Amino acid sequence: MNGLLEVRELSVSLAGAGEVVSRVSLDARAGQVHGIVGESGAGKSVLARTLLGLTQQDPRARVTAVELAFDGRDMRRAGQRAWRALRGSESSLVLQDALQSLDPLRTVQAEVGETLAVRRTPRSERRTRILDALARAGLADAASLLRHRSGELSGGMRQRVLIASAIVGGARLIVADEPTTALDATVAVRVLELLRSLAADGAAVIFITHDLDAVRRIADRVTVLESGRAVEQGPAEQVLRAPAHPTTRALLAAVPDGPKQEPASPGDVVLTAEHLTRRYGSALAVDDASLTLRAGETLGVVGESGSGKSTLARLLIGAERPDEGATCLLGDPTVRLVPQDPLGSFDPRHTVRRILDLSRRGTGPTSGELLAQVGLDAALLDRRPARLSGGQRQRVAIARALAADPHVLVLDEPVSALDVTTQAGILELLAGLQHRDRLAMVFISHDLAVVRRVADRVAVMQAGRIVETGLTEQVYAAPDQQVTRELIAASGPR
Amino acid sequence: MRSPGVSASVAAGAVVLILVAVCAPALLAPGDPLAVSPTEGFLAPSLAHPLGTDESGRGIYTRIVHGARASAGIGVAATAIGVGLGIIIGFVCGLGPRAVDAALTRVVEVLYALPTLVMALLFVAVIGPGPTSSILAIGLATAPGYARMVRTRVRQVARSDYVAYAQHEGVTSTAAFGRHVLPNTLWPLVAMITLGIGQAIVWVSALSFLGLGAEPPSPEWGSMLNAGRVYLSSAWWMTLFPGLAIIATAIALTILGRRLSKG
Repeated sequence: MNGLLEVRELSVSLAGAGEVVSRVSLDARAGQVHGIVGESGAGKSVLARTLLGLTQQDPRARVTAVELAFDGRDMRRAGQRAWRALRGSESSLVLQDALQSLDPLRTVQAEVGETLAVRRTPRSERRTRILDALARAGLADAASLLRHRSGELSGGMRQRVLIASAIVGGARLIVADEPTTALDATVAVRVLELLRSLAADGAAVIFITHDLDAVRRIADRVTVLESGRAVEQGPAEQVLRAPAHPTTRALLAAVPDGPKQEPASPGDVVLTAEHLTRRYGSALAVDDASLTLRAGETLGVVGESGSGKSTLARLLIGAERPDEGATCLLGDPTVRLVPQDPLGSFDPRHTVRRILDLSRRGTGPTSGELLAQVGLDAALLDRRPARLSGGQRQRVAIARALAADPHVLVLDEPVSALDVTTQAGILELLAGLQHRDRLAMVFISHDLAVVRRVADRVAVMQAGRIVETGLTEQVYAAPDQQVTRELIAASGPR
Repeated sequence: MRSPGVSASVAAGAVVLILVAVCAPALLAPGDPLAVSPTEGFLAPSLAHPLGTDESGRGIYTRIVHGARASAGIGVAATAIGVGLGIIIGFVCGLGPRAVDAALTRVVEVLYALPTLVMALLFVAVIGPGPTSSILAIGLATAPGYARMVRTRVRQVARSDYVAYAQHEGVTSTAAFGRHVLPNTLWPLVAMITLGIGQAIVWVSALSFLGLGAEPPSPEWGSMLNAGRVYLSSAWWMTLFPGLAIIATAIALTILGRRLSKG
């Protein structure tokens, strides 16, 4: 069977980075979803951009292939004009970050209709096609959205608008680069279903992700990339059920799965929150939330974005005062936050050593010992945070929180921005630290699979309220609330 | 930091040369910039006088080298005043009470709306001409620009996540100010200051050209331009070379400033 896109032994070298894709072969067939997975830095995005002729725009990039054909046309020596024609009509790219990919000053109509405008489609025809694309992208009531700008839309809606603009021109090949990474679990599931339905309508979809669970949900075939090489390729079901290559196995093993390994034996209560309420204007960010936390246990807080999780975290650490209710600390514990965006919370002019030294209180471990505790080499002490990888930054943020020898850690989405293997490393680190120091942790996440892996008890938030709470496994086995059931469904078929 | 690149290296070299001319002009030009020699007036560039001579037979080259102290020195001094005032106003606006910020910011914005040179002329008109008053005038005229920059930056840093984290850790506001706010506000200014000095030198020369800065016999680039203006058709070197000195200094400092702001 011939693919719409046929690639044999494609290699890409970039100036200053060397060969980032080496001898990758794959094909994209109409009606199928081809998943490409790998850790960050494996070359996924470069590969995706090369398939659309975008890497070739850089005169210093070297692209070679034995075969690179779109619908039988040899594209190896195609000029930018030919690629542009292809991108305008037959292939398109859906990017990861809908917030940055959409022009904040343009309306949905202008944004989605751009491809049509470029191709001089008659205006009368444009509107119908835009509405049709929006509807196919799963945006109900598309007509009312046309005049809105991206700032007025939610994250999930923005991603759908991006997909709509990718399909409006009738593209037969859709390359989606991490389209769900920035989205809530429940919203991500719907976007995945949308990609699946586009394939069912006859498009060839190339789906790039670090999320193996997403691949499991929608991909027919899968290619596993490692350092630019395709180390394993085959039908998705077969690769995921019986992985042959160690990299695939490592990726699969890193997917958070099952309950917490060493359940805590909770000690004394260290923190209670009673009837916390916080208003922003007339909106209730947190509405009558109560919880208790004991030494040595982890309390998971889950919910979609906007459900009040981060505000609750700020109330717990005292960074914000509640309008009603109170947070009480018992036995004067030290509370430390591991923030959602570690890079922003580091002074950009300080080295790792300075960051850790400034956070130390009393006679604790030295900054070198702190780095060792979070599994980092002392050689990183003299780096600035901007020159660390995402996983390293998160570890430094944890080391900084540990510097004050805390009793309570509040972790706000500590692994959401990380790929699965890095995520697994951080989760393991946290479990080890808790076991050693009997830390009490509040672990905030939108990913229930992750929370299940680390939390003894869980609180589910919706619209500022804690709607369900209990032992994690009990909640998982018998959810009371609709929102909990959706979160469980979104967290994977386990 | 990356390798400096050709233009930045040339610019750095030029700035070093200017610094030498400011600190020890005799090293580059041993002659006396004020020594009159009526027989040698209006000589075209030659070996004895590389850049020619003026109406009184003074070497243009010697005068340009010795004029660096007046032109560049005044530029630096004026920038120092502008930046100093700007930092004080900027920090007061950025961290002070809201009413103070609102009032000061309005004043700064009105001043900022006037072109710098017009403002400088205004100050000169009030305090009278002369080298000292041109320093003051350019300094005062550039202060609103720096104040706006500092204010914006201070507010940005003060609201940053890392300052919030320091508060979470129980760091006092004074300590957080010294550790985070001050360095992160002032460091980006270094590049802006380098750019600003080049600009200030141009303005200082402009004031001198108009006869409002340095007094005529003293070697200053702007007043040299003015002196040569009358003889432009017969002795072009009298205007060309001082003009080039101003342009080269401003460009060298601008390139350096751009390079610094890229980090």
